Amino acid sequence: MEKFKNIKSIPAYLALMNIDTDMIIPKQFLKTIKRTGLGKSLFYEMRYDENGKKIKEFILNNEPYSSSKILLTGKNFGCGSSREHAPWALLDFGIKCVISPSYADIFYNNCFNNGILPIIIDEKIIQELQEYCKRKEIIEINLNKQSILYGNKVIKFNLDPAKKKRLLEGLDDIGISLEKNTSIDEYEKKITINKPWIIKND
Amino acid sequence: MSKTLYDKIWDDHLVHQQPDGTTLLYVDRHLIHEVTSPQAFESLKMNKRKVRRPELALAVPDHNVPTTDRSKGITDKESKLQVDTLRDNCKEFGIQLFDVNDKRQGIVHIIGPEQGFTQPGTVIVCGDSHTATHGAFGSLAFGIGTSEVEHVLATQTLIQKKSKNFRINVNGSLPAGVTAKDVILKIIGTIGTAGGTGYVIEFSGEVIRKLSVEQRMTVCNMTIEAGARAGLIAPDEKTFEYFKNRPMSPKKNNWEKALTYWKTLYSDDGSRFDKEINIEGKDIEPLVTWGTSPQDVSPITGRVPDPELETDKERKTAMYRSLKYMGLKPNMKISDIKIDTIFIGSCTNGRIEDLRVAAELLKGKKISKYVTAMVVPGSGLVKKQAENEGLDKIFIEAGFQWREPGCSMCLAMNDDKLKSKERCASTSNRNFEGRQGRGGRTHLVSPGMAVAAAIQGRLSDVREIN
Repeated sequence: MEKFKNIKSIPAYLALMNIDTDMIIPKQFLKTIKRTGLGKSLFYEMRYDENGKKIKEFILNNEPYSSSKILLTGKNFGCGSSREHAPWALLDFGIKCVISPSYADIFYNNCFNNGILPIIIDEKIIQELQEYCKRKEIIEINLNKQSILYGNKVIKFNLDPAKKKRLLEGLDDIGISLEKNTSIDEYEKKITINKPWIIKND
Repeated sequence: MSKTLYDKIWDDHLVHQQPDGTTLLYVDRHLIHEVTSPQAFESLKMNKRKVRRPELALAVPDHNVPTTDRSKGITDKESKLQVDTLRDNCKEFGIQLFDVNDKRQGIVHIIGPEQGFTQPGTVIVCGDSHTATHGAFGSLAFGIGTSEVEHVLATQTLIQKKSKNFRINVNGSLPAGVTAKDVILKIIGTIGTAGGTGYVIEFSGEVIRKLSVEQRMTVCNMTIEAGARAGLIAPDEKTFEYFKNRPMSPKKNNWEKALTYWKTLYSDDGSRFDKEINIEGKDIEPLVTWGTSPQDVSPITGRVPDPELETDKERKTAMYRSLKYMGLKPNMKISDIKIDTIFIGSCTNGRIEDLRVAAELLKGKKISKYVTAMVVPGSGLVKKQAENEGLDKIFIEAGFQWREPGCSMCLAMNDDKLKSKERCASTSNRNFEGRQGRGGRTHLVSPGMAVAAAIQGRLSDVREIN
């Protein structure tokens, strides 16, 4: 995974609550066996009409938002299906950071496994930030300092230190867990005795 | 110290814990399907990693498979590639697969319990959010992303932080015509689609105790629609009875040992819940959804709500958008909403008991000439059982199509999908925009309510069907 670097970008604002992963990437694009190439289908049904033509009014179809790296959204972003295709599509489009008052749990976790930073911030701040979207002005995300910089303001956001470290260092979770192999072996030894039906069933 | 059911299962699966609470949790059972696994296997191969415990995984194609005649294989190229890829990966890594034409093939969350692969007190994961279903047996079961699928394949563990405990008591008893589906829709309507975010929900109370295990699966299945990754119901005699003699259930001595352990799986008296609510069974009516979020519920006797009466601005905007998408007017009677399509199936309501309830109501009747209706059994074994009981004939004679098992129109990855503006009464779990096909309009209902809608050609009260 790539290390997360600071971002400067004009944010794109989607003023809608409960944006589900079906909206982010509809099912017809889940037939792929690859992680890449989903960006063009991001928000497909909001972005393209029934003939596959771009819908002018949709924000991500217009410059400068078509190259936004930051997405502002309503609460409970990413609810519904567990499809990791949702963060893959965001990333492939170029979105590296989502800012919302809240997220669905599975989507939130999936972001960190793909180097996307999902920031949780008060609705009030979202309203301030969407002015920057409207005015096409750049805001800045500094992960190390856990802050959003806009105008002359600096707003701090909370983040689990372990998750922050993973993004900053681009860590491979599996590699780290495999280092705990001894603990896993010991656990399995223990349940082979205490719960013999779990691993071998005869 | 008193512990909740969730605390007990969590503590029993700790492999390693860091001071900040980051935990390596052991995974006892891993369910795999064709849509969310190919990238996990690909990455595993790229990094030259092995599958640690192939015997703890079970794979099945379900999301993408056609529900029509399968004898000639899958015609859609991309779907075929995904199903072929699953087969190749399972072969390469030694994972058991119920392939497309295996009689045990079916929706991953239906075949797990059916085979006894699902068991009380286990941690079960799958790259699918409706993994919550298995919580009905007192297992901690939740959906994961593809990177986590890879993590489980490689290590048989997951990195987790503990959720909070939430208990929902459904007290008393249910009025006639009200089912498990209405119970969970009521709960989602009450706490909202993000009401359970950050929690594991334990369902308890007299109503839950009285539900059959299959009905409990319907409740736990839709826990994710309330934002909670997992729902739990303490196992009881009904649960233990269910697992007797399932192909993958513990055998002989192990059965006795397992049973002793399973009987310890309940929340202790005095255990602490971070949140707790009560719902009275008598207050629940047959429900339908009117909007594009599972929290948009109304009694069948009600009316479409008026967004103008909503005080929250964001919610008001969402309601207007929903009504526009759904083609509905505020204040119209729910029972005046005409229906084009009926879908009975999915991991929510595709089990034998669901089909029995539907068939019983349908016996000797015909569906409206204005509707197209289909039944998609949840698994090959459910289908066979239904056919043994003659349920297929009841459905076919009434005008339903009788299909092959799979996820089908619940997410419309195969050919079973709605056309734009087509309106469906569906026993599935999500009424999101475009979920059942671009522009398609979904009303979530119980199997009985689906039958009522099929007969009347409009959303109708199951209590009026005799």
